Amino acid sequence: MHFKQRAGSALADAKLQSVMKRFGSGFVEKRTQARAAFGVDLFERLRDEGAKLRDRGLANLDVWLLRFEAEALRRGATVLWAGDTAEAREHVLRICREHGLKKAIKSKSMVSEEAGLNDALEAHGVQPVETDLGEYIIQLAKEPPSHIIAPAIHKDKEQVSDLFTEHHRKPRLTDIDELTREARVMLREHFLSADLGISGGNFLIAETGSVAIVTNEGNGRMTTTLPRVHIAITGIEKVIPTLEDLSLLNRLLPRSATGQAISNYVSVLTGPRGANDREGPEHMVFVLVDNGRTDFLGGEMQEMLRCIRCGACMNHCPVYQTVGGHAYGWVYPGPMGSVLTPMFNGLENALDLPQAATLCGACHVACPVKIPLPGLLRKLREKQVEQRLRPRTERAAIRLWAFAATRPWLYALGTKLAVRVLRMLSSSTGVIRRIPFDPGWTLGRDIPAPERKTFRQLYAEQRSERGNQGSPVTRIGKPSS
Amino acid sequence: MRVGLLVTCLVDMMRPRIGFSALKLLESAGCEVVVPAAQTCCGQPGWNSGDRASARALAEKLIDEFEGCDFVVAPSGSCAGMVKTHYPDLFPGEGAWLERAERLAARTWELTDFLTNVVKLDSPPSRFTGTVTYHDSCSGLRELGVKQQPRRLLAKLPGVRLKEMNGCETCCGFGGTFSVKFGEVSAAMADAKCEHILATGADVVVLGDLGCMLNIEGRLRRRGDNTTRVLHIAEVLSYEK
Ligand code: SF4
Repeated sequence: MHFKQRAGSALADAKLQSVMKRFGSGFVEKRTQARAAFGVDLFERLRDEGAKLRDRGLANLDVWLLRFEAEALRRGATVLWAGDTAEAREHVLRICREHGLKKAIKSKSMVSEEAGLNDALEAHGVQPVETDLGEYIIQLAKEPPSHIIAPAIHKDKEQVSDLFTEHHRKPRLTDIDELTREARVMLREHFLSADLGISGGNFLIAETGSVAIVTNEGNGRMTTTLPRVHIAITGIEKVIPTLEDLSLLNRLLPRSATGQAISNYVSVLTGPRGANDREGPEHMVFVLVDNGRTDFLGGEMQEMLRCIRCGACMNHCPVYQTVGGHAYGWVYPGPMGSVLTPMFNGLENALDLPQAATLCGACHVACPVKIPLPGLLRKLREKQVEQRLRPRTERAAIRLWAFAATRPWLYALGTKLAVRVLRMLSSSTGVIRRIPFDPGWTLGRDIPAPERKTFRQLYAEQRSERGNQGSPVTRIGKPSS
Repeated sequence: MRVGLLVTCLVDMMRPRIGFSALKLLESAGCEVVVPAAQTCCGQPGWNSGDRASARALAEKLIDEFEGCDFVVAPSGSCAGMVKTHYPDLFPGEGAWLERAERLAARTWELTDFLTNVVKLDSPPSRFTGTVTYHDSCSGLRELGVKQQPRRLLAKLPGVRLKEMNGCETCCGFGGTFSVKFGEVSAAMADAKCEHILATGADVVVLGDLGCMLNIEGRLRRRGDNTTRVLHIAEVLSYEK
C-alpha cells in the first residue's frame, strides 16, 4: 500500500485525527520555549556547530569506527559488524544461543525496528519485552511505532486502558499515572528475570569506546546494567569522535526532541562489568549496522547521515501532523523517513514518499544538525524521474508544460484558452467545483475562477492604448506626476 | 532604477490584477518598471517534480529576459525563492551560466522585501480599511526571510488592523503538485489553516503567494464561507475603493 492510501485511512480515522490535533502544537511549543530559554542566536550557532561536527565525523567515518572498535575492545566489549539487517539479526541470535539467553528486555532502538529484531527473537525462542512505555504499548498492540521518540503518540488514553486491561488481566484503569504505575509493576518482573538487555545507542564515542544513551524513563539504565549480557545495536553513522562532541550534541538533542534542557537520564556506558565493579553486564556487545548507510557516504545524500534521530522534523511537519506516522509505511516516519526509507529499502519500493511533502521547509529549520530535508526529497524526486519511476502521464505533463512555457506564443494561446474554459466551468459565485480529469484538487476544495483575461492580454491592451508597441521588452515610464 | 516585473505564471493566468497592483506599487516608489513580454514561468514546477531539464530550460529563458534589469521583483515568495535560492543549483560547475544565474539571484527580490528594504516605500497608495490576518508563505518566510516586511507595510495603512492567527507560519498544504497528488491531505491541511484564519475574526486573509491564495480561498469556499476575503498583499497595499 502507498502513502496516499494509508494517509486516506488516517484522515478517515476520527480517533487518530483528534489525537493528531492535540499532537500538533505540543512538541513544537516546547522546543520553541527551550530554544528561547537557551537564547535563539546561541541555539542557531549550536545548530551550525552540530552540523559541522557531524560532517567531520562522517568525513572520516572509517577512522572513527576503527578507533571506536579498538577502544571498545580494549575495555572488554565485543564489536560485531553487520552489513545488513539479516546479519544483525544473526549476530544477536548467535549471542543468545552461545549464552543460553531466553528473555530480552529492550530499551528504545530504531535500528532494532529497522532490523525487525523482535520477530526474529520470538521465532527463536527468546522473549523480547519492550520497556520504554510507548514501545511497550505498541508491542502489546502489535503495531509499529508512529514516531521515533514517541512511538505510541497515535494512541489515546482509552486505547491504552483497553490494551492494559486485556493484557494485564487487571481491573480497568483510566488515570494516566495509575496506568503508568501498572506498567512499571508489570515491567519490574521482566527487568529482574531477563538475561539479555538490548539497547540502541544515541551516540558511539570513538575516543572511549562507549555508547551514550539518552532516555527519560530510566528503563535504559536497567536494560543496560541488570541482565547478564548487554547488546547495543545501532547504525554505524552514530559514531562521534570525542566526549566533548557528546556534550555539544547533547545540548541539541533533548531541546530539539522534547524541549528539555536535558533528558532525565544520559548514560555513557563503557565496557562490561570490571573486576571491581558491583554491577553491570558480564558481556557487552556492540552490533553496528550498515544496511546501506555507506552507500551514501561521499554522495549527494550524505547529509542525511548526520541525523541524530530527534524527531523534530516530524514534530514540525504539517503533513505528519495531519496523517500521523503510520502513513509513511515503515519504521521511520515524517520527513526524515521519506528520505531514509527510499535510501534503505530502494527508491522503487517507496514510490510516493519523496512526493509526500509540500517542501515547506519547516523540517529544515527545526533540524538540530541542519539536514536540508526538502533539498534531499527533491533530489530523490529527480532520481525518480531519471529512473523513470514516476507515472508516464506525470512526466509528460511536466514536459508539455515546459514545451509550452519555452514558446511564448503557444503559452499565451494556451493560457488564454485555459482561462476561457475555467470561466465556462465556474459557478455564479466565482468558483469551480469540479473539473474533468482533476487528479485531486477538487476533492476538498473549489478552484477560484480566473479573471476574464490573462495579465499578458490586459497588459498588451493597456500598452496599445498608451500607443507604445513593438519591442519585446516593454517599458513604462516613471509616473508623470 | 530599472526594475523588471516577474509577473509569475499564476498571477498571469488567475489574478492579473495582482500584477497590476505590483506594477502600481513599484511605480509609486519611483521605479522604472519593465515587463518582459515573453515571460512565462520560472520553472519551479519542473524543479520540484524532479525534472531538472525542464526547470533549466525555463531558467535560461528567464535569465535572458531579465538580463538588463537592475532588479527583478516578483509578487511571490515562491518564484522569487526559486530564482534566488535554486537557480544557481541548476547550473553546477558551469562557469558562464552559473555566473549569470548567481548575478540574477543577487538582484531578485520578493515584492514586500523590495518595497521595504530597497526602495523603502513610505506611504503605500492604498485606502484599504479592515481587520486582516497574515499568512506567511513557506518559501518567502523560510527561503527569503520575508516575515516583518509585509507587516511593516500593513502597519503604514491607518485603516488596517492586523490580528495574527495561530500557526501563521504553518504551511497551508499547497506544495505545488502535492496539492493534486495528495488532494485529500492537502485539503485537510488547508482546512486547519482556515480554522486558524476564522478564529481571528478577520475579514480578510492577506498573503503573498498565489499558490496559498488559490488553496486557502478554494477551501474557504468549499466550506461554504463566501465572506472571508483572500487578498494578495499587493492588492491591499494599492487598494483604491
Ligand atoms: S532529520 Fe534532523 S530533525 Fe529529523 S530526526 Fe534527524 S536530526 Fe532530528
